[in-house]
Order: sequence, then structure tokens, then C-alpha cells
Amino acid sequence: MTTLTGPARPDALPAPGPAAPERILMKGNEALAEAAIQAGCDAYFGYPITPQAELLEWMARRMPELGRAFVQAESELGAINMGLGAAATGARVLVSTSSPGFSLMAEAMSYLAGSEIPLVLVNVMRGGPGLGSIGPAQADYLQAVKGHGHGDYRVPVLAPTSIDEAMELMADGFELGEQYRTPVIILLDGILGQAIEPVTGRFRNPERRPGDWEISGADGRPPRVVKSLHLQPEALEAHNLHLQAKFARIAEREVRWAGEALEDAEVVIVAYGTAARVARTAVAQARAAGLRVGLFRPITLWPFPEKELRALAGRVRGLLVVELSAGQLVEDVRLAVEGGTTVLHHGRTGGMVPSPAEVVTALRHLWSVTTPRGGSLAGASLEAEADPFSLVEAGMWAAAGHPLPEPPAGEPGEPDPLSLVDDADWIHFRETCRERDQGPGHGSDRAHDAFHQPVGPRPAGGTLR
Amino acid sequence: MTTETSTRPDGSTTATAELEATATPTPRRIAGRPELLLERSTSYCPGCGHGVIHRLIAEVLGELGLGPRTIAVAPVGCAVFAYDYLGLDFVEAPHGRAPAVATGIRRVRPDAFVLTYQGDGDLAAIGTAEIVHAAGRGEAITAVFVNNGIYGMTGGQMAPTTLLGQRTTSTPLGRDRRLHGAPLPMTEMLAVLPGVAYAARGSVADPAAIGRTKAMLRRACEVQLAGSGFALVEVLSNCPVGWGMTPSESIRRLAEAVPVTYPPGVMKDVDKGIGVPAATRPEEG
Repeated sequence: MTTLTGPARPDALPAPGPAAPERILMKGNEALAEAAIQAGCDAYFGYPITPQAELLEWMARRMPELGRAFVQAESELGAINMGLGAAATGARVLVSTSSPGFSLMAEAMSYLAGSEIPLVLVNVMRGGPGLGSIGPAQADYLQAVKGHGHGDYRVPVLAPTSIDEAMELMADGFELGEQYRTPVIILLDGILGQAIEPVTGRFRNPERRPGDWEISGADGRPPRVVKSLHLQPEALEAHNLHLQAKFARIAEREVRWAGEALEDAEVVIVAYGTAARVARTAVAQARAAGLRVGLFRPITLWPFPEKELRALAGRVRGLLVVELSAGQLVEDVRLAVEGGTTVLHHGRTGGMVPSPAEVVTALRHLWSVTTPRGGSLAGASLEAEADPFSLVEAGMWAAAGHPLPEPPAGEPGEPDPLSLVDDADWIHFRETCRERDQGPGHGSDRAHDAFHQPVGPRPAGGTLR
Repeated sequence: MTTETSTRPDGSTTATAELEATATPTPRRIAGRPELLLERSTSYCPGCGHGVIHRLIAEVLGELGLGPRTIAVAPVGCAVFAYDYLGLDFVEAPHGRAPAVATGIRRVRPDAFVLTYQGDGDLAAIGTAEIVHAAGRGEAITAVFVNNGIYGMTGGQMAPTTLLGQRTTSTPLGRDRRLHGAPLPMTEMLAVLPGVAYAARGSVADPAAIGRTKAMLRRACEVQLAGSGFALVEVLSNCPVGWGMTPSESIRRLAEAVPVTYPPGVMKDVDKGIGVPAATRPEEG
């Protein structure tokens, strides 16, 4: 990864090895759970679903230790509505799920947005549609970003690319939610939920901002009602305009993204989450082969960094969107650049993950069909450098009467396509695992013990921290 | 008498305050609007039972001094507007989810008094999972379940509690057991759960029934305060418009036909040893 020449990676992992004793190996789901606890989460509600279940299990263990609320609900409907009730009293609430459960939580997300109740929802995406698979996917992008439940509303969507970043975004999520009185989604794929990697545990407990809306009992003040019903059209329109003004403020102030190797890039990959991890390897490989490639990584999927992407589009040959989906993020990228450059898509679905080699092939294809400074596909020969793995290209290829190429079998000497961590990280991981395996107890015990601090009984009176 | 001399939101003083100034040194209030029942005209149809049930809740919470610590959950249906008529902190739940919302409140506000108010479509149809599991967990919640046998707000369709033979806009030939199933006895079903400490069915058919229902509501509140478990009061009510009747015809039906399928009474009161078969008695500890 030394060939990267862009700005410092904000999510860069610190150097591995014994020189960084503060680092600890954690599974993504468990790290997110602990980050929520350290961020002052008062209550967690969930329902078991793969590949998110370890988050629930971590909370089942830790929340009672701290005298905080944990309920395994009867369904995702139950879980998020428990969250709605607790959060309406001003509690800091986390719920988590994976894709099929996210669909069930969609109903309450609409009520939370309409009632302006802050809450953080983690969706560890798996393959769909339907029951799909338990493999990693980014197929809920449109659902998360464009709307889960009914009605006119938006919700901030934060997309981490490493477990460390996911932990930081957890605190940010609570803060954003409370600042704007809105639910917030943390969207990650099954790999980030399941992967174990070194984390630094940079925790943050955002300051509370008590408002004048939380329900606690009408004691010495007029009764409060937290609701989304406004039966009079004039009243509902006024409420919706208020919400829209809030969404506009969020869109103006809260856009986040990261760029890597963008200064001299002629072709740029747009990707988030695990796709961005694969893309990062592909950028290094492409640069080694002489292609000036960079990475643009949206961290907020809504609000989408459209201005930044549009500015970038004006100075590159093209953009390659890499996703674990058949093409969802690519729609926002195309909207953002408004035809300002060529946008191609490379995606795998159903739990499949693109390999860096696939992405490099797609980059070569994009390079071959564009000219410097915003050329277009017009007149280019698709046959020359067709991306054999792109679903979109495969469709065009098949429509043109060509036989579909077989996906490549893993060749000896090729980089491991599923390798998402640097070699040094991998060695550190392997060694620590070996040490851990020799220890007693459940696989999570070491990590759990690192955070567990004996605490006294919960203070009487039931006041929230 | 301090509460009765307070000024109303509109600035007027209560009748009791005037009475106090002129009458005997120790006046005893025998009638009046409960403090927690706000002075507003309701959106309910003429003859509807919701108003009476709201009043009973206001009276019971007022008598137990629970208003300032009550967090109430409003349903979807006609009674969503309960928050406009009761002087309590309220949160609105999605359709059927009130018991889950109340669970969340219960778990982070141990000092709050938590009340849910649901209709039969809300509790007995779309919200069956939520009510069963909140009751099963023995959440310290007082649940008011208004059974008028119909979807009133949407125009009078069949509810899970619609009586056999009853005509509704979605059972135009009458509810047929072979096509629509039989009415669900929710309170009997819930009463067998070990987490349920109190389960009773009242009615607003006549003043005597209303008095008994008030006693049930009071008991359901006391059970929560005692931490005994989940408490449910089903209240048989009428829907003159949905039933296609005048208010007095609907009251007659409520008094005569409805109790045949839904007999009122206390089905369970754990603290008093009522209706607790040994097999379902909760284990200690």
C-alpha cells in the first residue's frame, strides 16, 4: 500500500505489532456494540439474525453488567418499537439487525423520523432479495439511503470501511441523531460485521443535550406528546416543511467522505465499506501497473458528497463504482456527476465479493473506453477491453451475442482476493489468534475482559446517565 | 383540596374553588371533571364508549396520584387522539406496537407509571405478537384494551373480536365461522401466561358495569405499582356508527349480545390468588 500518494487515510490502521499495545483484536459486531456502550448507550433492543448476532450477544452480556437495558425482542418490529419507546424518554438507544430484519424495522423508522426521535440502527447487510444468503452484501443501499418506510423523509446513513472507523461512527451517530433529533443508520456489510481486526478503541461519549420534548411524566409542566400524526393537511405540510428544512441543514453541514491518491488520479474508484477495502488493494495494483487511479470513499451515504464528486468528475477520465450489489450506489454517483464524466459499475452480488484483480480489469476497461479529461464511451470498442466480470457489461456482452466468460479460478501466485488486511496486520492477527486460542473460554472472552470493569448497582431513582 | 383550587389552562377557576369559598368549612367533592381529563370536546362519535373509558382512566390515575409520573402510549385507531384528551405525557406507537413501545419505556424509566391504550384491531390483530410477548415477559405495564368488535376509524370493517353473524363492511353477509374464524378471546388467552398478574374484562354498558370497570382499572394500576407483573383490562365498548345503530340501540346490544361471547369478570389476580392454576403459577426467583 506504499504506492498510495493521496491524502492521509483517515481510517488508516496504526502500525501493527507489540509497539502498539493499546490495540486489541475485535470482531466488527462486538466492536460496534462496545463502542455503543462506551458512547453511553442506555438501552439496546435486538433480534437474532446472521451476520449480526454477535452484536446482540455482546450487549446481552455487557448491558446487564452496567445496569443498562437489554431486551431480546420477539421480532425486529418489537425491537425497534422498544427502541422508539425508550428513545422517546430521552434514552440513548441502539438497535441492530441484518437485511431481512431491516425491512421489518422500516415501519418504525418512518415513525421515528416523523416523530423526530433519535436512535441509532446498525444494519449488517447480507445477500438478498428475500431470505437471500448470509454472505456479505451492499444490496440495501437504496433502501437505507432513499427511504425505508413510507413518507417524505431522510435519515443520515454512515458507512464505515474498517472496524476502527465503525467504532468512531457509533459515537458520531448518537451525536448526529441527538443534534438533529433524527434516527441514524450505520450501514455495513457482513464482512465488516464478522471480520476480526486490530482496533485502537478510540471511544467517545458525546455530551448529552437534554431537550424540551422528551416524555418523562407531566410533573410540574404541561403534558408532552411525541407523535407523527398531523391529521390536518395544513398542519402536516407545515411539519413536513420543518423536517425538510432540517434535512437541508444536515445535507449542508454533515457530508463526510475520504479520498485516497486523488491528486494525480485520472480514473477514480467510488466505493464504501468492504468494496472500498478491495478497491484500495486494486488502486495499489493498478498504480504498480502504471494506471493513475484513486479512491473516493463516501462516509455519509446520505447526505451524499455530490458536490465533491461533481468537482472530481470535471478532472478525471471516468469513475468506476465498485459495490457488493448489482448497481445501487452507482445511481447516486451518476446523479451527482450529471453526465460530467463516464461512470461504469463493477459489482458482485449474493454474498460474492469482487477480487482486486477483477477491479483492476474493470479499471483497465474504463481506461480503454475513455480519453483523458472526461472522454466518453462513444466510439470506443467494447470488445477491446470488456470487463468480463461486470454484471452490467456482461449483460451488454450477452446482448451483443458474445459468449459469457467464465469467472477466473484462483490462480497460484495471485493475491488472495478476500485479503482485506495488510500482510503485517494479518501476521499480527494470526499470532494473536494463536495466543488467544491457547487461552481458556469463549472466543470473545479476552476481548470482553478487556472492557469489563466491575460496576456497582445501578443508582436508585432510575435517572439516566 | 389544593389540587381543586388550581386554575385551568384557560384561566377560569373550577366550580369547586367557588364552592369552597362559600360553603361549609370542609366541603366534600362528589362530582366534577377529573383533573387529568382535559376540557376539550372529543373527536369521538355521539354515544361512543371511548369518552367514558378515558374518564375512568383519568379518575383512577388522579385518585392514585399517578398523573405526574405516567407515560402513556397511544394506539392507531380512533383512540390515537387519547393524547388530546388526557393530561398525560404520551408517545404514539405504530399500529399494534404499543406493548413494545411501553416495554422500551419501562426498561429505561423504572420510576414511571406506564400505561397503554389499544383497540381490538390494534391489540388483537396487527399487534398480537407484541401484546403476547410483553405479557409473557411480565412487563410492569397496565394495558387498557378497548373491545368494540369493529374497526371504527376505517369505516366499520371486521375486527378479530367481531361477533359471529355480525355484519360489517368487510363481512356484508355477517361473520361466518368457516370463512372468518371465531372471535378471539384475547384476555382469556393472555390470562394463562405466567407473566400476567392481572386480567379482567369490564364493560361500559351501564353505570353498574362502569363502576366495576373502574375498580378493575384501579386494580390493574395497583398491580403495576406492586411490581407483580403485567396487567390487562379489556373493556367491552360500543361503536354506534360502526354497528349501524343509534347510541341507545348500541348500548342495548353491548349489555345483552356482547357478553354472551365475552363474559365480563376478573380472570386473574395473582396477588389475590384468583385464577392461578398451579401449572401456570410463576416460579419464585
